[in-house]
Amino acid sequence: MMRLASYGQVALVVAVLAYLGAVYVMPSQVWMGFTINALAMTIVALSWNVTGGFGGMSSFGHAAMYGTGAYASAVLQVQFGVNAWLAFGAGIMAGALMGGFIGALSFRYGLKGSYFALVTLAFAEVLRICAASFNITGGGRGLQLAIEPGVAALQFNKDRVLTYTLLLAIVALVMALTAWLKYSRFGAYLVAVRENEDAARALGIDTYRVKVTAMAISGAFGGLAGAIYLQLWLFIDSAVVYGVAISVVALIGPIIGGAGTVWGPLVGTLGLHLLGEGAKTALHNAPGLNFVLYAVVLIVALRFLPQGIMGLAARIGAFGRKGGDDA
Amino acid sequence: MSSLILPAVLNGLTMGAVYALIALGLTLIYGVLHIINFAHGSLLMLGLYAAYFLFSYLGIDPYLAIIFVVPAFFVLGYLLQRVVIAPMSAGSEQNVLLVTLALSLVIDNLALFFWTSNTRTVDIPYAWDTVEVLGAYLTKGRVIAFFAALLVAGLMWLFMTRTRTGSAIRAVAIEKRGAEIVGIDVNHTYALTFGIGTACVALAACLLLPTFYATPQVGYTFVLVAFTTVVMGGMGSLPGALVAGLALGVIEALGGLFLGESLGQIGIFVAFILTLLFRPAGLLGRKPT
Repeated sequence: MMRLASYGQVALVVAVLAYLGAVYVMPSQVWMGFTINALAMTIVALSWNVTGGFGGMSSFGHAAMYGTGAYASAVLQVQFGVNAWLAFGAGIMAGALMGGFIGALSFRYGLKGSYFALVTLAFAEVLRICAASFNITGGGRGLQLAIEPGVAALQFNKDRVLTYTLLLAIVALVMALTAWLKYSRFGAYLVAVRENEDAARALGIDTYRVKVTAMAISGAFGGLAGAIYLQLWLFIDSAVVYGVAISVVALIGPIIGGAGTVWGPLVGTLGLHLLGEGAKTALHNAPGLNFVLYAVVLIVALRFLPQGIMGLAARIGAFGRKGGDDA
Repeated sequence: MSSLILPAVLNGLTMGAVYALIALGLTLIYGVLHIINFAHGSLLMLGLYAAYFLFSYLGIDPYLAIIFVVPAFFVLGYLLQRVVIAPMSAGSEQNVLLVTLALSLVIDNLALFFWTSNTRTVDIPYAWDTVEVLGAYLTKGRVIAFFAALLVAGLMWLFMTRTRTGSAIRAVAIEKRGAEIVGIDVNHTYALTFGIGTACVALAACLLLPTFYATPQVGYTFVLVAFTTVVMGGMGSLPGALVAGLALGVIEALGGLFLGESLGQIGIFVAFILTLLFRPAGLLGRKPT
C-alpha cells in the first residue's frame, strides 16, 4: 500500500483520482486527449523520480532513455519488420540498457551533482545528433510506422477511451513498482546513497551497483515512456524524442509534485499540464508560454516547497504516527 | 584533402575564439560563485537580439553596439544574481542549477513568444570580406572576433590580477569567510562577478552577430559548447577556457571536414563526455574539489 501521511495527502490523492475518473464522463473529448498526454509524460516523470528523487542523482538528460526506447522500437518495426509487441518490449530493454550504460560510465568516474546533470545532457545531445544523421534511424526525416490499427500492431489511437484506460493502467503499474521499490531493501539502499554516500559505503552497501541499478530501472521506465509515445503518435523524430523539452518536463513534474514520493510525479505532472493548458486557453495558444509558466512554478517550488506539493500536503492534518512523513 | 586541413584548422580557431569568449564569462562565474549558470546561453541569445535590434531600428553597427550592450548586460547580470538566483536557490548547488535552468526556459520561451522563431541576420557586407592567412581564406568578421577574444582574455587577466576589485573577486573565490572578515562584501562581489560574466557573453554576441544569426533557440546550442569549454579548460580557469575554446573550434571544424556538416558538432559532445569521465578537473585544472 502507498502509505499516506496526512489528511492533506489523502485529500490530494482523492482529488487526483476523482479527476482521472471524471475524465471518462466529461462531455468534451478534449479533456481525455489532454490527460492522455499528461499521463504519457507522467511515466517519464516517474522514471526521473527513481534516480532524481530516491537516489538524489538529478539528471538533465532523461530524453536519452526516452528517445532510445522510442527509436529502438521504431527501428525494429520499420526497418526490420519486427512485431510491435516485441519491439515495444525491446524499447523498454533498450531504455534500461542506455540508463545502465550512462550510469555505469558516469559513476565509475565518480561524477555527481552538477557534473552528472551535465553529462546526462551531453549523452542526450550526442544521441540526438546521431539519430538525425544515420539512415537507419530515418535521419532528419524521422521514422513513421505503417498505420494498421488493432491489437496486433499495438495501435489503439482510434479508440480514445481504450488508449486512456491502458495508459491509466500503465501509470498505476509503474507507480506500484515505484512504491514497491521505495519500501524494498533496494529502495532503502538508494535513499541511503542519497543522504550520505560515504556512510552508506561504510555500512557495506555497494553504492556503485545500487546507483547503476537505479539508472537501469529508471531507464526501463524511460524507454517504456518512449515506446508508448511511438505507439501513440506512430511517428518520431530526433528533435522531439531526444529533445531537451522531454528532459525538462521529466524533472519539473516530480520536483513540483514531490521528489522521492510515489504520488509526487503524477500530482506534479498533472498539475503542470493543467496549468499549461489553462494558460494556453487564456493566451490563445501562444507558443512556449506554457514552458515559461512551468519554469516560474519550478523556481517558486524550489524556494518555498522543498518537498513539493506532497510535502506541503503532508503538513496539513498529519496523522502523527511515527515516521509518517512519507508517501 | 590535406590542403583542406589548414584552412579548416584556421577557421576552427576563429570560431573557437568566440567559444572561448563565451566560456570566459561562464568559467569566471563558476570559479567565484561555484555555480553552473545554465542561463548563460540564453543571455548570449539576448545579446544577439540586442545587437540585432540596435542595428535594425537605429542602424547601429554591431561592433559599435558593444559600448551600449556590454554595460547594459553587466547591470542585467548583476541584478539577476542579486534578485533572482541568490534568493531563490537558498544556497544549494542543485537548486542553483535548477533555478538557472528555469531562467533559461523563461528567457528562451519569452523570446520565442515576442520575437517568433524567425532567423534574424544583420547585413554588414564588410564582415563577410575574406582575408588571406597562410593560403586560407578567412571571413573578416571571424578574424575580428578572434583578435577581440584574445584581447578581452588578456584584459580580463590584467583586471583579475592587477586591480583591487579583481583581488577581491579572487579572495572571495578562494575563501569566502576570510574575505568577509577582511571587509569584502561577498554578495556584492558575487553579483559583480555575475555581471562581468554576463558582460563577456554580451560582447561575444556583438562579435558573433555580423557572421551569425539570432533565433530564440540559439542559446541552447552554445550553452553546451560553453559547458564543454569550461569543463575541458578546468572549471574556473581563465587560461584553460581560452585554450579549450580554441581547441573545440578546431575539433568542430575537423569533425565537419571528415564526418560531414551534420555530424561535425558531435566531436564537441564526445570531447565533453570524455573530459567529464576521465579528467573532470579539466586539462589544465587543479584537483577536483
